[in-house]
Amino acid sequence: MSRRQVPGPDQPAARRLRPISRTLPLKLPSLGVLFLWAVVPLVMTLWFSFQRYNLLNPGERGFARLENYRFLLTDPGLARALINTLLLVGGVLAVTVVGGTLLAVLFDQSFFGRGVARILVIAPFFVMPTVSALIWKNMLMDPVNGVLAFLMRLVGLGPIDWFARAPLAAIVIIVAWQWLPFALLVLLTALQSLDSESREAARLDGAGPIASFLFITLPHLRRAIGVVIMIETIFLLMVFAEIFVTTAGGPGLATTNLAFLIYRFALLDFDIGVASAGGILAIVLANVVAVFLIRSVARNLEA
Amino acid sequence: MKKALRDKSLFTMAAWPVALVMFFPIFWMLLSGFKTEVEAVSSPPRLVFQPTLENYAAVWQRADYVRHAANSVIISLGSTLLALALALPAAYAMAFFPTRRTKNALLWMLSTKMLPPVGALVPIYLLFRDLGLLDKRLGLLAVYTLVNLPIVVWMLFAFFKDVPREVLEAARMDGAGPAREMLNLLLPLSLPGIASTALLAVILAWNESFWSLNLTAAKAAPLTAFMASFSSPEGLFWAKLSAASTMAIAPIVVFGWLSQRQLVRGLTFGAVK
Repeated sequence: MSRRQVPGPDQPAARRLRPISRTLPLKLPSLGVLFLWAVVPLVMTLWFSFQRYNLLNPGERGFARLENYRFLLTDPGLARALINTLLLVGGVLAVTVVGGTLLAVLFDQSFFGRGVARILVIAPFFVMPTVSALIWKNMLMDPVNGVLAFLMRLVGLGPIDWFARAPLAAIVIIVAWQWLPFALLVLLTALQSLDSESREAARLDGAGPIASFLFITLPHLRRAIGVVIMIETIFLLMVFAEIFVTTAGGPGLATTNLAFLIYRFALLDFDIGVASAGGILAIVLANVVAVFLIRSVARNLEA
Repeated sequence: MKKALRDKSLFTMAAWPVALVMFFPIFWMLLSGFKTEVEAVSSPPRLVFQPTLENYAAVWQRADYVRHAANSVIISLGSTLLALALALPAAYAMAFFPTRRTKNALLWMLSTKMLPPVGALVPIYLLFRDLGLLDKRLGLLAVYTLVNLPIVVWMLFAFFKDVPREVLEAARMDGAGPAREMLNLLLPLSLPGIASTALLAVILAWNESFWSLNLTAAKAAPLTAFMASFSSPEGLFWAKLSAASTMAIAPIVVFGWLSQRQLVRGLTFGAVK
């Protein structure tokens, strides 16, 4: 492949090192700043998580042993935040993966005005989170003047006061609206690499549309679906802006997820130690997912 | 033939309602921006009305809107240029002079993307406070450069891999050095790739809302953070909220439409092509 592949061990050391030392200056700036960005905050978070440190009370600093972790783990908010995180990630994943798969198959068919319809359906992904949250909260989900309330009354049902009665479901809807286009886009791209020959062969073998979806399309999409799940999970674990502008984590703790809980410890309570312990917990959780994603990407890098 | 036409009509009737429902919130926002405040909140919703530009004028006249829009432009373009400047040489080296460690370096870069930002919030906030970078455009610009750098390197790497090697080798035979090879050959050849990488980086920086909400306030806030200020009493002014929102998202939605294919490649790190 490359003309400058690494020479074998039989060659003199000086020559073996040359290509590396010559390209290192090109790579070093990127790798260096990323290393600083990834490692310095991580080490600091770890350090702070063992410190007694509150910005409102900066005089009282010291080694806290496991106090911050004990405080975090016994905080009644944590269990609630973990459950909310799980519901939020799971709810959005369920909607976007099932919906995205079905829509990808639908938008892969030929129909009138397909180009325009595709553009309309992926647009939500490019709307900034604070705007989508505000549009949904006010103009669509408002219990008095919102469009959804109007539709509910139209069919004879009472309007739902989304952010009072089902706040977490409201957030799931908003976030799913943003991420459904992503799943659709990725799965549509993956579908287009499914060769028409195998579809045609299935059709000639007498496979109906459902059988060919189950036995040809789904197996073909399996890897892409896996990638969608993993990438979305990483982003969904950190949903923040949508909560920040709609409910600020409430009512009570009803929409506080892990990201929002840590934000509250850090920038509302100014408790650096506890917030850092929470940060470490979030990093551990995200890494569990990341390991799977990196493995799957690495496999692709070989090919 | 007849069956094909019937299928096509059937799919049209299934797909278009989905597209319209998905687009409806954006359409409604677009429409409300041209209503008066009374019309915007009226229920039943008004579809027919006398369009007005007064909301756009009102939002535009607020000096702070222009400033926050300028912040968004400066921060997203600046961070994209900086990320490209850092990533181009690195991706060039990794694509054309791979070593045994190149693959690991790429995967490691990817892994930095997976650190949840809340995990770094406390130290970054404190560092920024001590360095005087809180509520400074430079601070957010630096963060976005770092946040997007792995994606930019990955996409450029993938595009460089696609450049036919024969072209480069012919140039080397003619005695072109690495610098000339880069400037005269590689950049023109992969310009479409570099452009779509830049486009994706701009989109991601424009819409990023965790760091902007936490690290900026009145002065350096980009539009994401500025729009959040509509969340309390100002959210009652739906027509103005809509006009401001429309202006905030319009350029990026258009960019997004232009780069949808590269977007898949970039956001899935090449795992789905």
